[in-house]
Formats: sequence, structure tokens, C-alpha cells
Amino acid sequence: MSLVNFTTREITCKIVYYGPGRSGKTTNLQYVYSQVPSDRKGQMVSLATRTDRTLFFDFLPLDLGTISGFTTKFQLYTVPGQVYYNATRKLVLQGADGVVFVADSQLRQLDENLESLQNLQANILEHGVDVRTMPMVIQFNKQDLPPELILTPPELDDALNFRALPTFPADALHGPGVFETLKGIAAGVLRGLSEGSGGIRRL
Amino acid sequence: MDLNPRFRFEAFVVGAGNQTAAAAARSVAESPGTTYNPLCIYGKSGLGKTHLLQAIGFLALERQPSLRTEYLTLEEFVERYNASVAAGQLDAFRRSAQETDLLLLDDVQFLAEHVEMQAELLRLSEAMQAVGRQVVLTCDRPPREIGGLDERLVTRLSGGLLVDVAPPDFETRLAILRRKAEERGAALPPAVLETVAEVGAANVRELIGMVNRLIAYQAVSDVVITPGGARMLLTGEAPEKEPVVVAPPSGPAPGDEFSAFLAAVSTTVAQTVEAWRSRVGEAVLRWQGEGYRTHRLEQLLLGNEIPDVATELARFGTEVDELKRLAEEVAAFDPAAAGHACFRDPDALEEARAYAERVKEGVTPPPSPSRGLDFGGYVEGAANEGAVHAAQAVCADPGRRFNPLFIAGPSGTGKTHLLHAVGNALLAARPGATVACLSAQVYMDELVAALDAGRIEWWRRRYRRADVLLLDDLQLLAGRDRTQEELFNLFNAFADEGRQLGFTADRLPGQLAGIAPRLTTRFEAGLVVELTAPDRPMRAEMVRRLLATRGVAAEDDVVQYLAARPADSARAVQGLVNRALSRMDPASEALTVEIVRFAVEGRPPRPSQAQAISAAAPSGLDAALGSREKVVWDWPNVVDRLVEELR
Repeated sequence: MSLVNFTTREITCKIVYYGPGRSGKTTNLQYVYSQVPSDRKGQMVSLATRTDRTLFFDFLPLDLGTISGFTTKFQLYTVPGQVYYNATRKLVLQGADGVVFVADSQLRQLDENLESLQNLQANILEHGVDVRTMPMVIQFNKQDLPPELILTPPELDDALNFRALPTFPADALHGPGVFETLKGIAAGVLRGLSEGSGGIRRL
Repeated sequence: MDLNPRFRFEAFVVGAGNQTAAAAARSVAESPGTTYNPLCIYGKSGLGKTHLLQAIGFLALERQPSLRTEYLTLEEFVERYNASVAAGQLDAFRRSAQETDLLLLDDVQFLAEHVEMQAELLRLSEAMQAVGRQVVLTCDRPPREIGGLDERLVTRLSGGLLVDVAPPDFETRLAILRRKAEERGAALPPAVLETVAEVGAANVRELIGMVNRLIAYQAVSDVVITPGGARMLLTGEAPEKEPVVVAPPSGPAPGDEFSAFLAAVSTTVAQTVEAWRSRVGEAVLRWQGEGYRTHRLEQLLLGNEIPDVATELARFGTEVDELKRLAEEVAAFDPAAAGHACFRDPDALEEARAYAERVKEGVTPPPSPSRGLDFGGYVEGAANEGAVHAAQAVCADPGRRFNPLFIAGPSGTGKTHLLHAVGNALLAARPGATVACLSAQVYMDELVAALDAGRIEWWRRRYRRADVLLLDDLQLLAGRDRTQEELFNLFNAFADEGRQLGFTADRLPGQLAGIAPRLTTRFEAGLVVELTAPDRPMRAEMVRRLLATRGVAAEDDVVQYLAARPADSARAVQGLVNRALSRMDPASEALTVEIVRFAVEGRPPRPSQAQAISAAAPSGLDAALGSREKVVWDWPNVVDRLVEELR
């Protein structure tokens, strides 16, 4: 699968929401799903445990219609955040065009955020891809929580954003910041088009 | 260069600004060489000059499929000229250019940068017009306003019809927009098209760009464009009342956030899709600027498919690098060969590789005979009978019968033609053979270059591989001892192996001053034949053939009249015919004695003068008085002249 198929005139973007367990990746997808007109969205597939943790992954196909003569489709995936599902995370990362790192803004989750970020880099590298070439954005989720429980976006930026990636504060449960994040990653992925289809390194 | 099938008269929208140009172009296409010659179309960029130029080519070819039509941009013309100079084939280039029935030359304004090309174009257009071949040119301003242009060329370009193409008016813009929208299968409301036409564009290209933007916007946004929306999209000005876009009533109402997301994605995709075009366009300009053919990249721009730009550009760049490397390698052996066109065209990489290999091995053939000069076009008569028979005998049995063959005769008597005819006949008999046929001057120049570059052995090898050596204008080697020495050695190598040699000079070998006796005696040992000035029957035959090749019907008395004029060479006869043809009415096809006499002898005398002279002259005084050729009828002001001399 390639990002742009010139013969069938299709653009297909695979975007993976990555992050520690309970940071709100699935919530992001659910909010997007709730906002998409019915004729544009496919079936959202969610494989969850009885306690609503993502067991395998969530998958949300979005059909954006014809854009500049291209049938444009976005596929949004989430990975299971729990540490012991690393094999699944690696599998889902395969073929990703861009990654949204959903960070939990809570102070006590900072270490999990860092651990997950390192895990993401390690998994990308294992696929033989330079992390710097992968379009990526960071979302600071749960900014709606009481200020004493969370870090502010600048603090999180200092703690997590080593590569000066675009960042988006968000409240995925209620929506603010969800589409801004999606727009951010879509722009990052699509700009690769101007480099020709070879511009995006594939996993 | 091939004509673009999109550029036909049918697709050209005629309006007030371009109707004269379109009418002139159509008239030229319908009867090239007869109405406006040269036709010069000028106007700003993007107003349809190239479209008209190519449309002329298409219509002319439709009417007369056998018409030799050439469409070139000035850059291509210059490139061909340079390549021909580099390859020592300038004559062939000129001949081929002059044989074109319809020459369409685009973007002539760039001539200001090529001084040497101005002279060449002047010469070419004179030659083409002299025989009724059509020249059509385009430039971005009137020739007189092009800085640095030779005055004679300006006059020449303005001498036919000079016509401008003005920016389209509102109606024309609207018609163009309708046609473009229809071509692209887009249903844009008439009010929107009118708005676009009102917005105004400096040229047609900009106008088409506008309609493309609207079509693209409509394709991605699922909304109907309103006139106000179109205006805002194109100019950034907010509409007075109505919204920019309205959702179609039947469509679902998408969530606000999702719509905004969709709009953002659409913008990004539109930007990235357009970005590849500008990247390819920049690459085309860059490589063209460096003198490379960018046909392949231009084709990418014409296509609707989005190519793999990065790979295509990288491949092109790699190929250009290889061409540069090959050209450098070749230049070390033969600087002239490095100018070969194949080193400027990445599509001809394979050819360039093979050519470079041949050059490096010294197997690039020396200059070969000119194709057009054969026995068929050679007029035989008393003046050259012996020489022609000897030449034909050489062709029948090369290397054995008469070796070397030495053709002597004054300038213009057909030595070069005969020598090339021998070369062509030998090539026809043995298609794989290497026939070196060149001027002694070129031979000497090549030797000097080889000495200069320290590759004399390579140069010698090049000539020693040839099967036949034909050297024209040997008198040019007078006093050139080193060249004579090389020729002497080459002569011996050829003679020893029974390979044919042929030479021409303006006098007999024994009379060649400055040529070593060891060479002249060897020339005399073969067969020396002499050409003399053509006699009257030969001249008549030449006139007949020249007129026939130009497609001009003429009575025998015209032929006889021209043949009776004093002319000591074939070139002089050709000059006479050209003068006669220059006076011919382009619309008529027949040449009459009156026209010819007028062309050759000048204006007929006024009856009163003629009568006065014949009345004043006692009969039998001098027959010359009766001849219009020998009497000066229009004297300059004699009084002024006398006063001048008295001073």
C-alpha cells in the first residue's frame, strides 16, 4: 500500500494514535466518529476487553471524497497502550504514514508518557525507519482536568517534545483539540506529497 | 518539434483583439508562401501566438500533406544551428532549412541574445522568400522594439505582414471560459463564468488558470460555486451580500468540525498537487537554461497523471550528469563531436553512449557527402561530359580504374557537386562504406585541432579507416606544408590499398602553386579532368531544371532567353533564375519573357526616350543604341555631377 496510488488516483493515509494506556486514544477516535457525517464514515471497529481497555486496536476508516481528482481516504488506528501488548503495537505501526502521540497530561502519568514515547521510537526504528522522517504530532490530552493534577502544555512540551513537533492541547472526551490534532497530522502527512510519492518513508 | 494537436484553428477563440492575426494566419495556412510572407505575429505572453503558429502548421498540413513543415522555438533553431556548426554540417543545415516549405519560428525576441543567428535567419528568410517558401514568426513585441536586432532583419520581418494579438475582451474571455469549462466537463453556472470574465486576466493562460481553480474547488468541496464565491476565491475580495459557498439543498449537513477538517485537508492536497507542477516547471526552466532538451519533463506537465516527481527529476538529473561526463570525455578527443545534439538530450542517452564510444575508438566517420548533391541533379553537357563519364567510371569500379580522380575547373562550374555525387554514388553502391567527403579547409582545421589537443594519432586513425577520400578545393592547402605531409601519407596509404581518392581544385595539378610536387605529380598520375563554363544548351537545361524544382511553369522562350544571358558558371545561372523569380507575381504560376526581361535588364525605356534616341541616332551608327541592356536610360543629375567635378 502506498500513500498515493497514481494509477487508481487514490490517496490513502494511515494514521496511528499512539500513547500510554488510558491516555485517551480511543476517545479521540470516538469523538471523530461522532462528528463524521454518516455517508463519510465506515464502521468503527473496536476490539476491547470487558473493562473497556483496547485489546487489539481500533480502526476508523474515513472517506473524504474526491480531492483534486483523488479519492482520499484516511484510516485512523489506535494501539493498545498497555506495556504487554508491544507485539500488537508494532504490527499496527506497520505501514503508518503518520503518528499522533496522545500524552496523558496528568502529573503522575509523566513517566508512562516518556516510556511510551521511547517505546514508539524503538518500534519505529525496529522497522528500519528514521524517526525524524516520520510525520508526527503530540496531543496533550485531559487538559480539562483540575490544574493541580495536570501539567500545562508548556511544561509537557519541555518534558516530552524533544524534536519540536507540533503539539495540541486537547480534551478528547468533549472534543476540543481532537480535530486540530487530526488536521495537524493530516497536513504533515500530505505535505510529503510535494516531495513526490517517495517522500514518505514507509514502515 | 511536433505540433501540439490541441493547438488548432478550431480550438482558437477569435475575438476583437486577435481577429486580424487569426485571419492572416488562416490565409497563410491555406496558401503558404503566397499571401503574407513573412507573417510576423507579436503580442504579450499567453495571448495565443504559439496556438496560432501551430494551427497554421496543422491546417497547412491538412491541405497539403506533402508540405515540409517545421515548427521550432528560437532556442531549438539556435541549438540545431550550433550542433550543425559543431559537426561541420552547416551547409547541410542550411540546405535542409531552405528546403522547408513552411517554417514556423516561435519566440523570435530571444534573437537579441544571438547575434550570429540574426545573420543566419536573415539569410534563411531571404533564401526562402526568394523561392516562395513561407516563414511565420512570433515574438513578444514588434521587431523594431527588440533591442539589438539587425536593422536589415527588422525590415525583413516587418516586410510581410506584421500583426498583433491583443488581450481578449470580455466577450472573448467569456467564450474562452465556456470552451475550457466544457472541455474539462465542468458544469459551472453561466453567472460564475461571467464573474470570472469580469475579474479579468492579463492573458489567456491566467484565465485558464482561474477556471481550473474553480473546477478544482468545486470538485473537492461538494458545494455549488456562486458568482460571489468565485470572485472571492479568485481575487480574495469578499462578496457584497451572498455567502461564498452554499451547500446543495440535497446534501447532508456535515458537522462543523468535520467540514473544517475536510476543508483543511482539501487545501493541503490542492497545494501539494499543484506543487509537483511547479517543481517540474522549475526543473524544465533550469535544464533548458543549461541547454538540455526537456521533452520528457514537458510531457509530464501535459499529462493528467501525477508522476513520481522526485524519482523522475532524480533520474533526469542523473542522466544529464552522465551526458555531461560523456561530452567531457568526447571533448578530449574531438571538441566538435562534443557538440553533437545527442549530448543535450537525456532521451538520447543510449545514442550518446554509443556515439561517445565510437569517438573514443576513433571510429567516428569523417564528414560524409551531402545528400542532395547526386548525379541526378547534375546537368551534363559539352563542358563537363568527360568529367562526368570519368566520375561514373570511378563509381563503377572504385579504386582501380582512375585513382586518383582529379577534377579541375573555375569556381561555380560544378566541381563540388560532381565530387559529392561520386561520394553519394559510392555510398549507394556500398551502404556500409565510410566515404570521407570534405573541403580541404575542414581537413586542415581538423588537423590543427588534433595537433592542438595532442591527439594526432586518433585523428589519423579516423581518416585511415575510411574507404574513400574525396577532398574539395585542394588549392586551399597551398603553403600548408604540415597538412600536405599528412595528406601525402594518407594518399599513399589509400593508393597502396586500392582505395579510391578524389580531388578538386580551381586549376590543373601542375598549375597549383604552393602544393608540393610529390603531391601534384601523384594527382597527375591518376586521371585529370577539366570542367569549363557551361555552354548555352547546358545553361538552358539548368534553367529548365531550376524552374521545375521551384514548380514554375515557363515557356521555352523564357528558358532560351535566360540561357542566352552571359553566365560563366552554374551559380551565375542560378542567380539569373532567382532574379527572374523574384519579379514573378506570387499569385501566378507562369513566368513570362516580359517579367524575366524586366528582372534581368531593369525597367523598360520610356517610349518617348526610346523614340528620341532612335530618331537622333543615324541609322547604322551603333547597334548598341537599339539595345536596352547597353544604354543607360536614367542618368543621375548630370549638372550636379559636372559642378562637383569642376570643383
